[in-house]
Amino acid sequence: MKQYISVTARFDEDGNLLPLKIHWNDGRSFEIDKVTDIRYAASLKAGGAGLRYTCRIAGAEKYLFLEENRWFVDARG
Amino acid sequence: MRYILHSDCNGFFASVECLHNPEIRNKPVAVCGDTDMRHGIILAKNEIAKQYNIKTGEAIWQAVEKCPELVTVKPHFDRYIRFSKETTRIYSDYSDRIEPFGIDESWIDLTGCVNSFEEAQAVAEQIRKRVKYELGITVSIGVSFNKIFAKLGSDYKKPDAVTLITDKNYKDIVWKLPVEDLLNVGRSTKTKLNSIGVFTIGQLANFPYPILKSNFGKWADILHMFSNGLDMSPVKALGFVNLPKSIGNSTTTCRDMKNYEDAKIVMNVLADSVCRRMREQGLSATTVTVSLRDTTLMTITRQCKIETTDISCEVLSAALKLIKENYRFDKPLRSIGISLSDFKPKLEPQQLSLLRDEKKRTRQSALDSSIDILKKRFGSYCVRPAVLLADRSLSGFSPKEEHTVHPVGYFS
Repeated sequence: MKQYISVTARFDEDGNLLPLKIHWNDGRSFEIDKVTDIRYAASLKAGGAGLRYTCRIAGAEKYLFLEENRWFVDARG
Repeated sequence: MRYILHSDCNGFFASVECLHNPEIRNKPVAVCGDTDMRHGIILAKNEIAKQYNIKTGEAIWQAVEKCPELVTVKPHFDRYIRFSKETTRIYSDYSDRIEPFGIDESWIDLTGCVNSFEEAQAVAEQIRKRVKYELGITVSIGVSFNKIFAKLGSDYKKPDAVTLITDKNYKDIVWKLPVEDLLNVGRSTKTKLNSIGVFTIGQLANFPYPILKSNFGKWADILHMFSNGLDMSPVKALGFVNLPKSIGNSTTTCRDMKNYEDAKIVMNVLADSVCRRMREQGLSATTVTVSLRDTTLMTITRQCKIETTDISCEVLSAALKLIKENYRFDKPLRSIGISLSDFKPKLEPQQLSLLRDEKKRTRQSALDSSIDILKKRFGSYCVRPAVLLADRSLSGFSPKEEHTVHPVGYFS
């Protein structure tokens, strides 16, 4: 299920955008430990396409998508 | 040898909608105009809906009759424009000569970037896979040595496929296809060709040229060139914009226009839109054409010459005069349109007239420019003539902003 979420991100001096922390709508927040890959990709499960950040969050690998200027994830359920 | 690809997004609108709505992906889906606004026709359908023989352009009720479980969704043009730009982003990794043909098709010239058809085919495969992976939609791509055969190739096998048409195999592939598959052979050309015994592209290619010429005039040259793979037209560089031959807008209103006053309201909106688009291009028009379609779907088209102008109220009064002189509202109108043509550059020196109030025209032109700026900043609804308030159901649309997908022709 496609879930738009709020993200804290940083622009570096070269203009690259890197997500740092994700904030669930229920108030919980999670630090992103590392971004291991950035590429354009579609999410057939969530239903959308954009820049896909492969993030390590609390030891697990998660996909975070930037669709134009909104972030979304595939939320189970 | 040129190496040209033609990439065609399969069931573009429907594919984009299916990507965004996973729950309808395995059902027959059609993207349809708004029924409440009486735009209720099929704009696009997915592969499953195609199996039910649903055709683009037919009314929704006809489609539902063929397939009762059809899922109809409203169009999202902003999404289509975004995905169209995304496909161009992918193409532009391979060439700077990318010529869009409508919103969902493009030619890509790889001449100079690859040295053989095998390499061109490999690039096409890469593009096909990338579009699927990065955008979640599919394309079919034709690879050939001219734009016409490349386009035939993208229609040959779909969805999600690559077809190679070389100078060696084109007779086996292209020449066996029915003549109407050739670009620009429409219904009437097909009937005419069939009547002289031409049914396939091969028969057209080998048809005696003088007889073709006597039947089709200068059109014969094009038919002969296209069918023999001799089309040499280049793929234009990305961003190249042709000067338009005409600028038009039309609309089907949400209720019928019963009298001249109704038509006047709608024409006000349409004329404003086409004039703004014309001024953006720095052009002035000398011909105004209006098209009127009544409730029985009978259409009439009437045009007149005007003094070269880009002033909205002059164009509007010419259009209204055409309506007044040519339609008596025996039957209500269902849709109307206006188009401007025979353009001249606005900066071209103009002969002033002793009979017209040139001072007033200068003021009018300055007023148009000011309103253009306002509308650009604050949207089409920020300044409007009072007549549009008479019936907001007829005037509540903005073709310039809401309809950004304009049809194109091969020779335009």
